[in-house]
Amino acid sequence: MVPVDYYIVLSAILFTLGALGVLIRRNPLIIFMSIELMLNAGNLAFVAFGRSYEIAGQQPFFTGQIFVFFVIAVAAAEVAVGLALIVEIFKTKKNINIDEMNSLKG
Amino acid sequence: MHLSESVVNGFFFLAPWLVFAPVTGLLINLIFGRQWSEKMVGTVASLASGAAFVVSALLAYSVSINHGEAVRWRLAEWIHIGTLNLDWTFRIDSLSTTMMLVVSGVGTLIHIYAIGYMHEDVRFKNDEGRFNRFFIFLNLFIAAMMILVSGDSFIMLFVGWEGVGLCSFLLIGFWFEMDTLARPSWANSNAAKKAFIVNRIGDFGFLIAGFLMFWYLGSFQFDEVFKAAPDVAESAPWVIVAITLFMLVGVAGKSAQIPLYVWLPDAMAGPTPVSALIHAATMVTAGVYLVTRSAPLYTLVPQAQYIVAVVGAGTALFAATIAVGQYDIKKVLAYSTISQLGFMVAAVGMGAYVAGMFHLITHAFFKALLFLSAGSAILGMERGHHHLAHGHHEGKPARGKKSSKETHDDSHHGEVRRVEPIETFDPGDMRNMGGLRKSMPVTFWLYIIGTLALAGIFPFAGFWSKDEILLDSSLHFQNIYWLLTIAAFLTAFYMGRQIWMVFFGEPRHAAAAHAQESPKVITVPLMILAGLSVLGGALNLPFEGFHNLGHWLGYTLGEVEGLPLDLKIAGISTALALLAILISWFIYGRNPLRAHQPDPLKKPLGFIFTGMENKWFVDEGYFAVFINPFNKISQFLADVIDWRFWHDFVHDTVILGTYNWLSEIALDRYADQKGIDAFANWLGDATQSVSATLRKVQNGFVRSYALAVMLGVVLILGYLILK
Repeated sequence: MVPVDYYIVLSAILFTLGALGVLIRRNPLIIFMSIELMLNAGNLAFVAFGRSYEIAGQQPFFTGQIFVFFVIAVAAAEVAVGLALIVEIFKTKKNINIDEMNSLKG
Repeated sequence: MHLSESVVNGFFFLAPWLVFAPVTGLLINLIFGRQWSEKMVGTVASLASGAAFVVSALLAYSVSINHGEAVRWRLAEWIHIGTLNLDWTFRIDSLSTTMMLVVSGVGTLIHIYAIGYMHEDVRFKNDEGRFNRFFIFLNLFIAAMMILVSGDSFIMLFVGWEGVGLCSFLLIGFWFEMDTLARPSWANSNAAKKAFIVNRIGDFGFLIAGFLMFWYLGSFQFDEVFKAAPDVAESAPWVIVAITLFMLVGVAGKSAQIPLYVWLPDAMAGPTPVSALIHAATMVTAGVYLVTRSAPLYTLVPQAQYIVAVVGAGTALFAATIAVGQYDIKKVLAYSTISQLGFMVAAVGMGAYVAGMFHLITHAFFKALLFLSAGSAILGMERGHHHLAHGHHEGKPARGKKSSKETHDDSHHGEVRRVEPIETFDPGDMRNMGGLRKSMPVTFWLYIIGTLALAGIFPFAGFWSKDEILLDSSLHFQNIYWLLTIAAFLTAFYMGRQIWMVFFGEPRHAAAAHAQESPKVITVPLMILAGLSVLGGALNLPFEGFHNLGHWLGYTLGEVEGLPLDLKIAGISTALALLAILISWFIYGRNPLRAHQPDPLKKPLGFIFTGMENKWFVDEGYFAVFINPFNKISQFLADVIDWRFWHDFVHDTVILGTYNWLSEIALDRYADQKGIDAFANWLGDATQSVSATLRKVQNGFVRSYALAVMLGVVLILGYLILK
């Protein structure tokens, strides 16, 4: 059985990559993908912890797995809204460079 | 309301109307007078005064049917503090009703006269709007005088005393923006101020007397004061002496005695009815009334009585000498009034209260007559002058009321009313008169009657009253008798001089040549006064079974035995008076004065006449002794002490300088600039620099916000993990 530490390290690496992507990249599509990466790093941690508690505990314990479904659902909704916004911004600015979007005025 | 002891019959309930009747007239004229015609205004005022006379007569009748019992009619509560109980109470007894009758009787006649007089006066002075004001003041005077004579306490008397003083001030300064010749000047208002200020000195004495009275005798009410006085007179006689002498100062102020008489001659600046009513017949006799009213006090201290008598007699002689050297017709009468007031004060000082009151009454008659006749003569002169100034194109006007009307109508034509007089013409200067006997016969005969009464010629009123005073003084004090006799001689002389100068000889001025007689509204009241001047002596004939006034006043003052006629005294005074008139005829009548001729007395009397002419330089003396030093001191106080020391040095240098130094050095430079300012500046600078730094964070890049969020998360998590 693969110890839980390995999963956690992998999750941290994925999260760091995602965070760096959010901070460094200028293309909002890439940023969305980086966010997805971070979310999935979280999911991985949830599932890993959930599995490890299931083994340690006497009774079945699915809390971590169930939470991951919620995260996936929220991430889907977020992407839907985010993509819609990006399309709208592109319509007005003909550009989706994130550094151009520093004012609240449309 | 309360009656003194028993229920009494009569009209005492009318007493408040003594005051309210004139006040009602005053208010009516105050409200409606502007719209009403002069006749209406004058009628209302005269009726108000006449109503007061009717009330006075009814009150006198009521006193007589109650056998002279004094009735105190309380109208209102006034001051009740501790043991001080003062009410507005009318005191109705034989003395006060006598004064009421004189005041309202003579007052009413003068009101009527004033309708005619002021009608012309306001036109000669180009201000018809003041007619109404004059009658308001006149009614106010009657009201104040009634308060004075009807007061039941010294304080109530003082209220009236001040009230008449105020009216005197207002009426002397009636033409306040001009002098007696209607030239723009402050002479009249200065005369009014002089009267007011000199009277303040007298009032100061009166007030001190009142304070002493309350402190030692415990009351202001007449009966209580007189009841308490004898005990105090025994234990501490100086108290009564002080009270009576301080009261004498008040009397000297109001009744124009030495040394405070100087205001009365200047008071002639007022219109002539005022001179007659206030400054001859009524107000100035208030001092005599006060002494008579305070008779129980004066009787206790013979030394004070003697001083009063000497002051009176001295004034009588002194003023008579000045009257000889005067040229203004009213000034002669003014000094004559002072002199006659001296007679009255001397009489009441000697304890001859009845004689003093008797002379007060007759003097009110004949001196009012003389003043009003003099006013009529002055008006006649003014009419003549007016006639000249406006040319002769109207033809010769007829005499009497009609002509004066026409002359006025002339003045109404066109807009030429502000014509400046071609020359300064004094219608009251006897040197401008002469020969008025022909042009103003009625005034002439009235003046003769007044003169004979004043000179004390048998059987006119003045003879009886003056003779009574002389008789009393001859029995008490020989020196006073001689002073008064000489004064009486001079009285006859200066009145004779006046008659010859004014009415005989040839006109010395064109205006006198064109003088016109006065209308009936002026002459009829004079005829009534003339009648009273002739018959007034009947009030108190010195024969067995008469002495009516003596009996009447005896109700209040205590019964005194009337003196019989002393033929020697009467003979001497009459002979002297006739002699004086004869001498005056020799000097002024035989060779009438010509225009611009100096007074024939000037040569033989030399510097004495110069003294008489210049009022013995008393005014100048007062200026040198009191007024100029006072001015100097006030100048010094105002300029040096107040302005230079107090204002310039203390305020500007010390206080302002210290304040400036403090604020500049201590507060401004250190506390403000280095403390508060510096802190405020630092606060502003700090805010600016901090915000400049923080502004850089807020760059709008999503990435940097995300980085900040992440760093925050890392920090918090790091803290949570590592703690």
